[in-house]
Amino acid sequence: MSKKYPPRYKQVTNVVMLSLTGLCALLVVSVLFFILGYLIWNGARSLNLAFFTNLPVPVGQVGGGMANAIVGSMKLLLLASAIGIPVGVLGGIYLAEFGKGLFPSTVRYMTDLLNGVPSIVMGIFVYTLIVLPQHHFSALAGGVALGIMMIPIALRSTEGFLRAVPNTLREGGMALGASKAQTVAKVIIPAAMHGIVTGILLDVARVAGETAPLLFTSFGNQFWSQGWNQPTASLPVMIFNYAISPYEDWHRQAWAAGFVLLTGVFLTNIFARIVVSTKRSPARR
Amino acid sequence: MASATTTTQTVGLSSPPEKLSIMARLRKGDEIAFLVTFASALSIVLITVLLVQRLWADSVLSRHLFSWHFLHTSTWDPVQDQFGALPFIYGTVVTALLSLVMAVPVGIGAAIFLAELAPRKVSNVLTFMIELLAAVPSVIFGLLGIFIMLPLLNHYIVPIIQQIFGFLPIFQGKFYGVSYFSASCVLAIMIVPFIVSISREVLIAVPQSQREAMMALGATKWDVTWRAVFPYAKRGIIGSIFLALARALGETMAVTMVIGNVPKISASLFAPGYTIAAVIANEFTEATGDLYISALIELGLVLFAVTMIINAIARILMLGMARQESTL
Amino acid sequence: MGSVSFEEFMTRRLLLTGALTAAVLTLSIIGCKSSGSGSEPVTLNGAGSTFAYPLYSAWSSEYAKLHPGLQINYQSIGSGGGIRQVSEGTVDFGGTDGPMTEQQLADAKSKRVTNILHFPVALGADVPVYNVPGVKADLNFTANALAGIFLGKIAKWNDPEIAKANPGVNLPPDQIVVCHRSDGSGTTYVWVDYLAKVSPEWKSKIGVATSVSWPVGIGGKGNEGVAGFVRQTPNSIGYVELVYAIQNKMTYGEVQNTTDKFIKADLNSVTAAAAGAVASMPADFRVSITNAPGADAYPVSSFTWMLVPQDFKDAEKGKALKAFLLWGITDGQASTQKLSYAPLAKSVVDKELELIKTLHY
Repeated sequence: MSKKYPPRYKQVTNVVMLSLTGLCALLVVSVLFFILGYLIWNGARSLNLAFFTNLPVPVGQVGGGMANAIVGSMKLLLLASAIGIPVGVLGGIYLAEFGKGLFPSTVRYMTDLLNGVPSIVMGIFVYTLIVLPQHHFSALAGGVALGIMMIPIALRSTEGFLRAVPNTLREGGMALGASKAQTVAKVIIPAAMHGIVTGILLDVARVAGETAPLLFTSFGNQFWSQGWNQPTASLPVMIFNYAISPYEDWHRQAWAAGFVLLTGVFLTNIFARIVVSTKRSPARR
Repeated sequence: MASATTTTQTVGLSSPPEKLSIMARLRKGDEIAFLVTFASALSIVLITVLLVQRLWADSVLSRHLFSWHFLHTSTWDPVQDQFGALPFIYGTVVTALLSLVMAVPVGIGAAIFLAELAPRKVSNVLTFMIELLAAVPSVIFGLLGIFIMLPLLNHYIVPIIQQIFGFLPIFQGKFYGVSYFSASCVLAIMIVPFIVSISREVLIAVPQSQREAMMALGATKWDVTWRAVFPYAKRGIIGSIFLALARALGETMAVTMVIGNVPKISASLFAPGYTIAAVIANEFTEATGDLYISALIELGLVLFAVTMIINAIARILMLGMARQESTL
Repeated sequence: MGSVSFEEFMTRRLLLTGALTAAVLTLSIIGCKSSGSGSEPVTLNGAGSTFAYPLYSAWSSEYAKLHPGLQINYQSIGSGGGIRQVSEGTVDFGGTDGPMTEQQLADAKSKRVTNILHFPVALGADVPVYNVPGVKADLNFTANALAGIFLGKIAKWNDPEIAKANPGVNLPPDQIVVCHRSDGSGTTYVWVDYLAKVSPEWKSKIGVATSVSWPVGIGGKGNEGVAGFVRQTPNSIGYVELVYAIQNKMTYGEVQNTTDKFIKADLNSVTAAAAGAVASMPADFRVSITNAPGADAYPVSSFTWMLVPQDFKDAEKGKALKAFLLWGITDGQASTQKLSYAPLAKSVVDKELELIKTLHY
């Protein structure tokens, strides 16, 4: 191609717009680095072994930790994932593969509504559903609240990525005599797996930091919580309580907890991506 | 197995295939797959309906007492038991829309850069880290908002805006740091990871053939991106915007720390305000008195309605844009 | 389709399954281990006042050392939350900085079929914090000044009402920026309770509650929110708990009491306020001690109460709760001062011991 083609204005537009996108990326990344850096700086230097192994101690005493909150958060996220991921992903498959008509449209709409529910309203909902009838707070209620919050994102992103798989793959599977279920399970889902996992990880990441739904469900606990029927400590609630307290030592611990939370999500991300990583399909770059 | 020989079919054959027996169909898994996935989808509808029913039932006191006045009254007085939702609705809509205005262009721009321009390895690492932003707890965003963003806005950004655009009513008035604008900025940062991450994935998923076709016509890279790749990915990108919008509407902790928590309506973006989610978070744990609690729950219901309306409007807009597969 | 070989694929599957199993096992082991030695400990769950949180958590840890096997889990969700949850029966005891109203007591009784009793456990106070450029001294505030500022009637720092109480202080002619609590809170309750007592206008127009419709001002979330705003905003004023101001070394003003003296809040002046109220203390301890009589009394003081149901289904838990309460108002008082609370006066404790006898367990 000669230098005169494409026309000059297009070349200029090209450079300008592409630079703009570069600027946008730079903006996002620098904000991100700043926040992560701040969190790491403040959080990492507040960490010590006691943080991971000890229970919280009253203000003024040294050596307090958040061991029970770390385990509590893991428990809650486990239950939440067990509820949110299957329902969300399966629902996403339903919408992507069987998704025309009034009912699927309704499902999509309702999912968006569910996603827009403020986290505290979700907490109130589960409070009236589980905590009041049982007359006590519990990890079960907390896990259910977080799980319901996970469903919409898992569903929408699963549907989106399944849809992005070209129809040629579906047709190819059918042409080979596979049933719809087999095609979806063995061809379509693996092709979309990267995106689906991205969606799930984003989902877990978001829910891991939610405080409001836990205030009235899993409540909080200064001690270890046994089983699923007792209130349990969790990192986000501890961060919240400590951050808005008047004590410098507790602020320190709040930053450390934020850092630990982030690191936990980080490690989960890496691990899941390693396990699921596939080279991209030839249809893409 | 008899079914093995009866199911081969190619397009164009005139004779229909034999019907499989139920057991054979089950073994193939189609029915089960349909039932299982359908059950999941149904459960979502049921949960949402149950949630709305609870909100409706628990707000009955307030609804009966105030009925439609609730939506256009501005007084919020727990002591006199006078409750009106207008300032909160206003604040919710304003902050959500403003945060979208800020986050969407930047997010999509960044996504385009990461999907089309950046080398794959760099893009992967950066996207991974941007997704980490979604894991930062809301309350930490609030703290960072208070300690870093508010002074930044106060000393640098807002004075500049007021110098240049100060004649506009939306930029007038004394700025105390806490405001609709500050809340929108914090929200924008919180929702950007969703837009960037999902848009990028969708852009990458666009088949290479689309790009190649455009390039063969002699288009510049930007042309290829904007005219071939972007439209193909539009649906997914809009999906990500919906997710982001939903997060912006329902965000509580970070907003309440930087918006000022004043239940008044102001034309200026630099004035303090309030959102539905923030007032529920602030007052629900302390609300005693059935009417008070009922009013707060009615606010939750109103937020639901606001979400419903915004979603419906957006969907109607999308219907207008619907091309190949009509998926609504 | 992916270009991963079958072996790689299976290896990754195994890795994932293995890791998940390991995670589940680890969690179960930790879960079992965390139940401690042998038998499960008795747990008492409490909730309520954030102001009293440090005290209850200190007590919980000290008491656990004396009585291993008993865990007292207190969560700070706010005074109103404490009242609600103890009324619903989802917690065993509550903490509040504002006494329950007749209506709330009646509601609780209908939900739990028992009375809720109030036991004062410590004392605290609200103080006015401010940020006036150039003013480093402790400002004196009259009752009218504070009421006027929070009503929005007094708009500038050099208003005569403020100036006349602070001769020699250079007050700027700038607009006062008011900051109050946005979240419902016992701290607010105490502050507006005081304002209602000294200002009939406040009492009739605004009233007293954990959340009110503020005529002017920005809402900060939590003590931190108010303090942060005041620190960063010139010409601002707000109210925070005494504990908070002390811990964060903030400047706070003196408030005029019923004898027209300007008193700075500290342990002594708060104790004096309680002592002044003892004489007229009702049997159920639901009393407000703001604007208390007494020359040395700090006017914006308050008890913080433990809310205890009169009946308990679980006899063992009930006994444990009663013992804890007894300990708290006697031996436990030793912890109050170092946490910046004022201890209870002996006369108050004596009266409480009488009330404890009415617990049906």
